[in-house]
Amino acid sequence: MIRLGVPSKGRLMGQTFDWFSKRGINLVRSESDREYAGHIEGIENVQLIFLSASEIPRELFAGRLHFGVTGYDVIQEKLVRFNQLVEPISELGFGFADLIIAVPSFWVDVETLDDLDAVSAQFRDKHGYRLRIATKYHRLLREFLMEAGVADYQIVDSQGATEGAVKNDLAEAIADITSTGNTLKANHLKILSDGLILKSQATFFKSLTAEFSKEENQVANLLVKKLSAKD
Amino acid sequence: MTVLKDISREARNLAAVFEATGAEVVELDFLQISNVLLDLYGEDIRGRAFITNDPVHGEMMLRPDFTIPIVERHMANNVSPARYTYSGKVFRRQEEFPDRPREFLQVGYEIFDGANPEKADAEVFSLVNEALSGIQVRIATGDIGILMAAVRSLSTTDTRKKALLRHIWRPHRFRTLLNQYSGLSSKPQPNQDLDDYNKLLDKFQAIGSRKVQEIKERLRQIKLESETDPLDPEEVKILDELLSLKDRCMVARSHLENLSKKMPGIESTVDNFATRLDFLKKNGINIDRLDFEGSYGRTSMEYYDGFVFGFYSETHMDLAAVATGGRYDALTERMESGKKIPAVGAVLRPDLTFLLREKNHD
Repeated sequence: MIRLGVPSKGRLMGQTFDWFSKRGINLVRSESDREYAGHIEGIENVQLIFLSASEIPRELFAGRLHFGVTGYDVIQEKLVRFNQLVEPISELGFGFADLIIAVPSFWVDVETLDDLDAVSAQFRDKHGYRLRIATKYHRLLREFLMEAGVADYQIVDSQGATEGAVKNDLAEAIADITSTGNTLKANHLKILSDGLILKSQATFFKSLTAEFSKEENQVANLLVKKLSAKD
Repeated sequence: MTVLKDISREARNLAAVFEATGAEVVELDFLQISNVLLDLYGEDIRGRAFITNDPVHGEMMLRPDFTIPIVERHMANNVSPARYTYSGKVFRRQEEFPDRPREFLQVGYEIFDGANPEKADAEVFSLVNEALSGIQVRIATGDIGILMAAVRSLSTTDTRKKALLRHIWRPHRFRTLLNQYSGLSSKPQPNQDLDDYNKLLDKFQAIGSRKVQEIKERLRQIKLESETDPLDPEEVKILDELLSLKDRCMVARSHLENLSKKMPGIESTVDNFATRLDFLKKNGINIDRLDFEGSYGRTSMEYYDGFVFGFYSETHMDLAAVATGGRYDALTERMESGKKIPAVGAVLRPDLTFLLREKNHD
């Protein structure tokens, strides 16, 4: 039985269903809307597993999912050396999100990472603690800032409503995903000119750690063939 | 197949060399309070250490090294001079190199004594050398103190010197700043004058802990920086020579003495370097064959600020250093007490030294 993980909620789920059906694969959710299970019309031996998009990387890595739809951002955050663990089959063309670093708009002296580094030094001198950056993307942010040579900052964990962290005095800056930038603006934040950590979109991944029986392999090849075709 | 008890025996043998000096043998806590480590090492430590949580202390880390616990221990004792030796496991996350061990033994030796720093430097180095006898090693040495003195003696603004000193341990960033200050690459220019910035400032809501005053202060600094003359090319040349210096210690010594004639600010640190060599010679180290690298130690931990050294296998180049050490005078100052206690120390890896001794026998 091939196990295919799809996002369990909201627009991402709807768009995933649409994307599959455009390629001749109809995902069917079980009779009861409340049950997180389903199958594919006309293809035997595929089980749909509905999961939060942020849990799909872990399940792909563990080999409990053969395939899964989730964002590139969460794959890279959660999986060390992700390209040895999962293979991107197709980009789905929605769920676009840029992981960026943003600071208060009124920091008119800050435009680049170099500025952020200088401000971190100033802030630490003045306040006695390291400048706080709120994010849930700890690993990606840390690696990005290490590469850029930014020092004297600290990460504070923020699992939601991250854009409000500065206003609420939980942090001095944030790293979060954004699509239009409107939420940032509404929260008096601006993006650093070189503060793009990565570009992400919903992606159909194959697990490189899951085991495929001979029978499962046939189904897998069929899925990959149908789903990797260009529009 | 390496057996655990063999490595433990190797650790005891290494430790015996340090215990013979009469150093106090100390046991240190596995769990460390995160904030103390974060404050010293920065956010990067979270990528290297295993993190756990305590309902009272909050975030804690499995010790990634012994430096902080040993310094805390010494500050609590507050008896100087002091010599300590310890042996135990440290824990490291290995994201970048998944094949490297996540826990391994370290044996270490630390001296807290301000009376004769160069003598203490030589003592630590010589003991490590003794403990590693029988293993073919390549030895690297350096002196961050000379570099820092060179930066401090540049004829430029304190702001620039401070920025350069802050990035001594990030060579790439250091170079970027040096090029900007030398006029070799464009530096951030304020594209509006201060009044315009102030007007712009009023357009936005001020949020968070960083205050308007701090922004205005930095705008003034940016303006000041844009009006500051480029660094003296002669001084930059000396700095570059220092950074690229790579030779036998005795040759390096005469180079450094020449450089200090042109840059008197480094003279006392070069004298210290020479004194240290004399002590090393007295301890029986063959200083004619000892290498010196002007940039050595810049990519290691941020707290080394003087003599630095590393011992590497000459036969197994892919192995991590079997021993590293150095002087960290400013570290205690940066910790809570704020009191400066000169210190020098080293750690050895018994798992690696055992492996190399075994290979010798093959």
